[in-house]
Amino acid sequence: MDSKKWDKIATGVLYFIAGVMILILAFLLIFILWNGLPHVSWHFLTSPAKSFQSGGGIGIQLFNSFYLLILSMLISIPISIGAGIYLSEYAKKNWLTNLVRTSIDILSSLPSIVVGLFGFLVFSISAGLGFSILSGALALTVFNLPLLTRNVEESLRSISGSQREAGLALGLSKWETVLKIIIPEALPGIITGMILGAGRVFGEAAALIYTAGQSAPPLDFTNWNPFYIASPLNPLRPAETLAVHIWKINSEGIMPDASQVSAGASAVLIIAVLIFNFGARYVGNHIYRKMTGTK
Amino acid sequence: MNDEIKEKLLKKSRATRSEFRGRIISFVCTAIIVTVVVSIFYFVASKGLATFFSNKVNLWDFLSKTIWNPGSTDSHGSPQAGALPMIVGSFAVTILSAVIATPFAIATAVFMTEISPNKGYKILQPVTELLVGIPSVVYGFIGLSVVVPFVRHTFGGTGFGILAGTFVLFVMILPTVTSMSVDALRAVPRYYREASLALGATRWQTIYKVVLRSSAPGLATAVVFGMSRAFGEALAVQMVIGNAALLPHNLVSPASTLTSVLTMGMGNTVMGSAANNALWSLALLLLLMSLVFNLVINKIAKRGKF
Amino acid sequence: MQNYASEDRYIKELDPKKHEIALSTEDLHVFYGTSEAIHGVSLPFERFKITALIGASGSGKSTYLRSLNRMNDNIEGTRVDGKIMYRDIDINGKGVNVYEMRKHIGMVFQRPNPFSKSIYDNITFAPKRNGIKNKKVLDELVETTLKQAALWDQVKDQLDQSALALSGGQQQRLCIARAIAMKPDILLLDEPASALDPISTSTVEDTLLSLKDHYTIIIVTHNMQQAGRISDYTAFFHLGNVLEYDITSNVFQRPKIQATEDYVSGRFG
Ligand SMILES: Nc1ncnc2c1ncn2[C@@H]1O[C@H](COP(=O)(O)OP(=O)(O)O)[C@@H](O)[C@H]1O
Ligand SMILES: [Mg+2]
Repeated sequence: MDSKKWDKIATGVLYFIAGVMILILAFLLIFILWNGLPHVSWHFLTSPAKSFQSGGGIGIQLFNSFYLLILSMLISIPISIGAGIYLSEYAKKNWLTNLVRTSIDILSSLPSIVVGLFGFLVFSISAGLGFSILSGALALTVFNLPLLTRNVEESLRSISGSQREAGLALGLSKWETVLKIIIPEALPGIITGMILGAGRVFGEAAALIYTAGQSAPPLDFTNWNPFYIASPLNPLRPAETLAVHIWKINSEGIMPDASQVSAGASAVLIIAVLIFNFGARYVGNHIYRKMTGTK
Repeated sequence: MNDEIKEKLLKKSRATRSEFRGRIISFVCTAIIVTVVVSIFYFVASKGLATFFSNKVNLWDFLSKTIWNPGSTDSHGSPQAGALPMIVGSFAVTILSAVIATPFAIATAVFMTEISPNKGYKILQPVTELLVGIPSVVYGFIGLSVVVPFVRHTFGGTGFGILAGTFVLFVMILPTVTSMSVDALRAVPRYYREASLALGATRWQTIYKVVLRSSAPGLATAVVFGMSRAFGEALAVQMVIGNAALLPHNLVSPASTLTSVLTMGMGNTVMGSAANNALWSLALLLLLMSLVFNLVINKIAKRGKF
Repeated sequence: MQNYASEDRYIKELDPKKHEIALSTEDLHVFYGTSEAIHGVSLPFERFKITALIGASGSGKSTYLRSLNRMNDNIEGTRVDGKIMYRDIDINGKGVNVYEMRKHIGMVFQRPNPFSKSIYDNITFAPKRNGIKNKKVLDELVETTLKQAALWDQVKDQLDQSALALSGGQQQRLCIARAIAMKPDILLLDEPASALDPISTSTVEDTLLSLKDHYTIIIVTHNMQQAGRISDYTAFFHLGNVLEYDITSNVFQRPKIQATEDYVSGRFG
């Protein structure tokens, strides 16, 4: 009798807590979308920000976010694939491998503000890149590398050893086997991880405030020569991203419609993250089905 | 014909060269990562230690004094770099948020693995994943527009402070701790549960005495991992904590953390000045704490292998 | 470790004048870490003949076979001592191009392991990497190897479909086709039929018999009927040693060693 009642209460409590979890997510999403979406318009998405007056947009920040994302992925994807291959295929059980694994562990647990400050010191100041896209992209690379590398390593490890033996027994080198047989098979996992990593990078701000900078000078979208100072592609210009913008206008408080702009920008950010999340799953499954020929 | 094959067997070929190239490429990629980690430590340490070696701040003063004004000097002529307010702030938000998040996270994990492993898991799994994916500035913005006013109305004060920071961090680490707890609970072999039930234990006795107990190291790892996240979180906390480098008197007075002072200060000081070096000392402290969390996690994980 | 005096074993000598030796090992030892799995095996393998390696599970057949084309190199902590002579070269020695060697000594594994590519690409993948680019040559290669592997008729209309959609027996024959597409001298097979149903098994056996005219085949099997049906020579492995090596009919009908007799008559193993 008594224990039955107990069971009921305990189960009820757990249902309640799980419900709270869902409510939290629902609240966050609804709050952001409800408050933000009304401000999101074509004008908002494409026009530059304004400092002391309302009505500004997030056009340049949005462009900067994507440009930084692409640049940092271009740097980090090859490095993480190389390192992932090393760890899954070549690393022997010795002190060197231990050192590498410990380093990756430490890097992945570093606060992103520390990564940002390191980038500030090394890329912006010592290397003379200043507050720039390039400096920001390098900082994001540092931030993203450990997780991408681990993902590549795990995806490669999930492919059966018999596939490697098949390649080797045909007289292929280990490298060719990995590159042409194992990686294609591990592609669904690798790509899913890359897209999730891209989502993480897209929302990152702390690593960027002292590397890519906190200002978004006007861009001339008619001149795409990367060496032209106001060119959107110029990698040496400062580039406030969407995430940094949200932080900046909230902590400065000089923009009259800061909270509307933040809500709109947050909504855009959240939608981007949702797209990255679902996109990762969808693309991963899609490639997997295509490769294995199952429907 | 025969000799040709024999010769080839003793010569390098395309495959040998490709293998050599591959080894070098993959090794270089790995070396890049290790180099980055080593140089992070080198650069942050060399800057952070300057406070003590060049600016002659006493290490104990740095850790125990409460006046943070490293731009000016005290009566002994050394910069006033008392970091205790920030240290207290960082630990306060970290510990408080972990204390609230832990029961929530473990309860949700138990729900997902033991009570409703099919339907509940299928719903909550993507929920936690999405929550993990929400950028921290969005959490900060919501903290600023919802949590701070809520704290102000309910508890008085400005609303900015440790309490607001705790709430924001609680929500931020909850999904991470939950999904790691789920992994820990799922790692408990099925036959543990079956054996316990077969011995006549009730479901709750089994969950409490068998499942939770044998996954304790994994759960502890999850909580410590959440704490390390909370300790290192910068922007979301900075947006709601009030940014006053004072020892907090209560939970609703403006305070600061290591990360918030770093975020605000680094742009306002001149590289190489005492004030700037003192900030790097905070960064070094942050780095060392993240190392400590890492070490603790490894220690626990080593003990708790099935 | 188990050691046998010479009177406890019978290793038939093959006269090099009468029999062309394609491959041989001399005092081959294999170690996994510190434990020795093969205790000094010396065997000749005659050209264009099938040699079966039989013995109980764990007796070292796979270990020995895999060292013949140095697949054990890829297992950390493995060491192989002794000589493996192929075309007057000790291919176990330093300075041997392992990748080149494996083109001449191909291997088929116990579990079918086709690449998750199309049937066509499975066969042409390695030849393409080795510089054969001509589409016509590749088409021909696919057709001849699939015919040799007795698979052509079943798959000729679905060459661009995934190899993973084939049945287990078909996959294994595709793996054989893939191996012979490299035009090896020697084909090593490790229980190629053990994961297959009886019908697929007999197809694979027929395939091997028809390949004998062009390839030297060394096959591991724990199925003694199979060894009897297809092989010319048989080597009996016991606890990391070869206790008896002779022409197949002798091993099965007139074994000279007691342990062999016990094994082939089913008294143990
Ligand atoms: N990768 C390995 N590491 C350590 N020992 C192994 C490994 N592979 C096989 N062995 C050991 O070597 C012996 C021979 O195994 P194996 O060659 O697989 O035998 P068989 O193929 O005749 O069944 C066995 O005792 C087995 O446990
Ligand atoms: Mg075997």
